Amino acid sequence: MEWLSNLFGSYWPAVEITGWTMIKIVAIVVPLMGAVAYLTLAERKVIGYMQVRIGPNRVGYFGLLQPLADGIKLLFKEVILPTASNKTLFLLGPVLAIAPAFAAWAVVPFDLNMVLADVDAGLLYILAMTSVAVYGVIIAGWASNSKYAFLGSLRSAAQIVSYEIAMGFALVGVLMCANSLNLGKIVLGQEGGFWHWYFIPLFPLFIVYFISAVAETNRAPFDVAEGESEIVAGFHVEYSGMAFAVFFLAEYANMILVSMLAALMFLGGWLSPVPFIPDSFLWLLAKVGFLLFLFLWFRATFPRYRYDQIMRLGWKVFIPITIVWIVFVGGMMQTPWAHLFH
Amino acid sequence: MTFFGLHFQDIVFYTLAIILLIAGLRVITTRNPVYAALYLVLAFFTAAGIWLLLEAEFLAITLVLVYVGAVMVLFLFVVMMLDINLDKLREGFWKALPVALPVGGLMAVEMVMIVGTRNFGTDVVAAPPARPADYSNTAELGRVLYTDYLLPFELASVVLLVAIVAAIALTLRDRKDSKSMDPAKQVLVKKADRLRIVKMDAVVEKIEVVDASAQADDKGAK
Repeated sequence: MEWLSNLFGSYWPAVEITGWTMIKIVAIVVPLMGAVAYLTLAERKVIGYMQVRIGPNRVGYFGLLQPLADGIKLLFKEVILPTASNKTLFLLGPVLAIAPAFAAWAVVPFDLNMVLADVDAGLLYILAMTSVAVYGVIIAGWASNSKYAFLGSLRSAAQIVSYEIAMGFALVGVLMCANSLNLGKIVLGQEGGFWHWYFIPLFPLFIVYFISAVAETNRAPFDVAEGESEIVAGFHVEYSGMAFAVFFLAEYANMILVSMLAALMFLGGWLSPVPFIPDSFLWLLAKVGFLLFLFLWFRATFPRYRYDQIMRLGWKVFIPITIVWIVFVGGMMQTPWAHLFH
Repeated sequence: MTFFGLHFQDIVFYTLAIILLIAGLRVITTRNPVYAALYLVLAFFTAAGIWLLLEAEFLAITLVLVYVGAVMVLFLFVVMMLDINLDKLREGFWKALPVALPVGGLMAVEMVMIVGTRNFGTDVVAAPPARPADYSNTAELGRVLYTDYLLPFELASVVLLVAIVAAIALTLRDRKDSKSMDPAKQVLVKKADRLRIVKMDAVVEKIEVVDASAQADDKGAK
């Protein structure tokens, strides 16, 4: 340390803070990538058992090395650039899909004061980042110069923009209860046992948020963007090898992100459900794990929505529900029962 | 702390400003409308960066959320689906230039006259005091909007609401040949509306009974 600080002289404080931030970023991204890899395995196993199959069990004990094998296979596959595609944008698409999915993690708190950037408007920042993610899909679909890809990207764009509104309104309810946009403060507002968690006063918003989250991440039963029976694979139909894998990673990283947000905002984050057990990061992991299991469960259970029904659900059901509940919460806060909503 | 005589903030500002200017120029010079829309996205994003530098984090994030995340997506959506003939768009360029140049020049001069350092330099308007790290831009903005500027704020939202209602009222037309179903009616359907169970006596056909044991014996003999 001493010789390093001598080497950089007066620049040392800047170098030190940059170095530490880099280390923290790596400490978030590496486990996240691991979680993404094993989420794919979990998905295949869970859906396998739900359909009375075994799922992958050949590579490694219990199939545990399967994600590794998949990764290596995808790495060594050729990335095919379609002749008539727009090469620059074709390669920019996957980058724009995955970058916001990782950037959003900057403001996610993992435990008390354990956060990379304690931004005051953290929730807004996450909303902004997830709304930027749609560009990856749109650009990929357009640059592929393929009808299927283009149709897929149009569907996806319309769907993401629609459900973002319901999702944003659901979060407005959380802001009203927590009086803050800072994710850490939102969690601390739910202290004191599971009956203080926001999913109780905001139950309709919690349901709307989670279903919108499934739609936002283009997961079944809202996965018309890639509806394989109609448009082959949607926006990533022309992608192969690692370029495809990046889209795949982005989808799973987004799943983990929205589950994390649901856990932080409605299920008390790292707080323990009962006061006599200490709070811990493990609680957060358990909650996120449960929500991710719901994602897989949905996929194994529900048939795909029809496109017009998706739009109807978003605009005519979810948005009115959220608006009514926000007005209700706002009204209740003016009554003697206001403490129930804080 | 300085790097080569420049403050770190200056470096960030000039980097963002250069990107912003290039992106803005490319919006109007690029030949492909999809590229133009994407350069506009880049311009918004960089502008948000400059706002962050000014400690206006709420405005910066909202710029990304609203303009990049929603408005430009719809823009791109439309531009991608249009089959724009670029040569036709450029046909009148030289004819319009003599008119466009003075108008553009005049606008630029006006902007410089108003926004120039003479009116907004640090010697005219004092630099805002640096805020502590826990200063909440968002809460402050909300407080001002809902107290001092309540009436203009509400008026603006009413104007927006009228615009939304008008846009929907003008464009929403029921198609006569649409076969879409009303989901509420679909849900209300009972079994009796669709299915009629008819009771009827079972019809038994007379079947000639074959002696099974005799056949089995036959096979065994073979």
